[in-house]
Amino acid sequence: MSKPHLLAHDAKDNVGVVVVEGLTAGTEMLCVVTHDNTDFTLTTNHDIPIGHKVALTDLAEGETIIKYGEDIGKMVAAAAKGDHVHTHNMKTKRW
Amino acid sequence: MSYTNRTVKAWRRENGRVGVRNHVVILPVDDISNAACEAVANNIKGTMAIPHAYGRLQFGADLDLHFRTMIGTGSNPNVAAVVVIGIEPGWTKIIADGIRETGKPVAEFSIEQNGDIKTIADASWKAKEFVHWATELQKEDCPLTDLWVSTKCGESDTTTGLSSCPTVGNMYDKLIPEGLYGVFGETSEITGAEHICRNRAANDEAGEKFMAIFKEYSENVIFAHQTDDLSDSQPTKGNILGGLTTIEEKALGNLEKIGRECTYIDALQAAESPEKGAGLYFMDTSSAAAECVVLMAAAGYVIHTFPTGQGNVVGNPIVPVIKISGNPRTLRTMGEHIDVDVTGVLTREQTIDDAGDALIDMIERTANGRNTAAEALGHREFSMTKLYRSA
Repeated sequence: MSKPHLLAHDAKDNVGVVVVEGLTAGTEMLCVVTHDNTDFTLTTNHDIPIGHKVALTDLAEGETIIKYGEDIGKMVAAAAKGDHVHTHNMKTKRW
Repeated sequence: MSYTNRTVKAWRRENGRVGVRNHVVILPVDDISNAACEAVANNIKGTMAIPHAYGRLQFGADLDLHFRTMIGTGSNPNVAAVVVIGIEPGWTKIIADGIRETGKPVAEFSIEQNGDIKTIADASWKAKEFVHWATELQKEDCPLTDLWVSTKCGESDTTTGLSSCPTVGNMYDKLIPEGLYGVFGETSEITGAEHICRNRAANDEAGEKFMAIFKEYSENVIFAHQTDDLSDSQPTKGNILGGLTTIEEKALGNLEKIGRECTYIDALQAAESPEKGAGLYFMDTSSAAAECVVLMAAAGYVIHTFPTGQGNVVGNPIVPVIKISGNPRTLRTMGEHIDVDVTGVLTREQTIDDAGDALIDMIERTANGRNTAAEALGHREFSMTKLYRSA
């Protein structure tokens, strides 16, 4: 298998993590779900640094973000599939 | 695969515990005895002073923690013998006697009515005697699972939750059932996954003890001192740069360190020694790297496993700290700090099972004498946890 650009932990996750350096907008990414080793492709809409998250589906404002199969917070602005997800559009529900 | 028949060459101490280093430590009771300790360590090669900032006018639970940390550091099996120096004889004796319970050689000196120069001379003679004695102690074959191995991660990012933290978890899943003592902590960084941590207790008593510690921390530390939304402190700026967005995301990655199968059998106070036998423990600690490693070393752990994403450089004076990273940028830009490279997990060229075995190999090599990156680079951070201001 060629090296993946993005890894997601769980099939329920709606975000994944970029695991290569220098990923540029428009790249067709090979994505792997580590839990069951399934793969899919997704085109990124932004230049995204290693370690940062990408929306795996269209995400509405207020939508719960799932990673590790668990609730890790909510969207505070909408994001399209392939968009960068981070502090500019996502936040904890705790504070 | 069984790990019980694997052995390391290490020092079996008077109390039966196994140490992987053979330090002669010059231990100050208080900040104003640092100078004398450092002078002794300069006189006598092969000794090490452990200067620190506290030890005067502390009281109550904070003083108890000070004593526990000092006695625990001296008692650690990586330490062969200890010279204790304090400004006055009272607290000096409490610490020296606490360390003596292990059966190792301890000598104590106090500065009042002697002055630094006489104290340094007297303590140097004793330190020299201890070095001659300690350097003739022979290593013996000891089961790998007689080691006590702690963990805490630092400068986390999303790669730690994917690679280096589950590597430690895999090591614990393999070695804890075979008799290893493990410990994890970082009370603040479990925020967001406290319900998951509660459910990983081996029994209700341990789970309730963890929840009581967590609640106490939330109320007395976080809510008592909170001035704003904590989104800029947890996750830290470094975490955010690495791609972590929320405290929940960070906490879930952090908990990957305790593997899939392990359950913790007790929740310990800071620097408290485990007393319920072999297994995994939770300890109430700060998430600051040096403080946490010092507290776990004071509880008796002899090797520390430290997953890092963005690249934390911490070490400890008496415990080798093994760094594990899966972030290729960190390996490229600061690879001299990393002992176990698990970047292959991210490229799917290495399984977590393989990564766990690579870590076990490195624990074995470290126990047999390999100096860690932190040891080679001279990292000896000794930061003590203080609960409140002194009287």
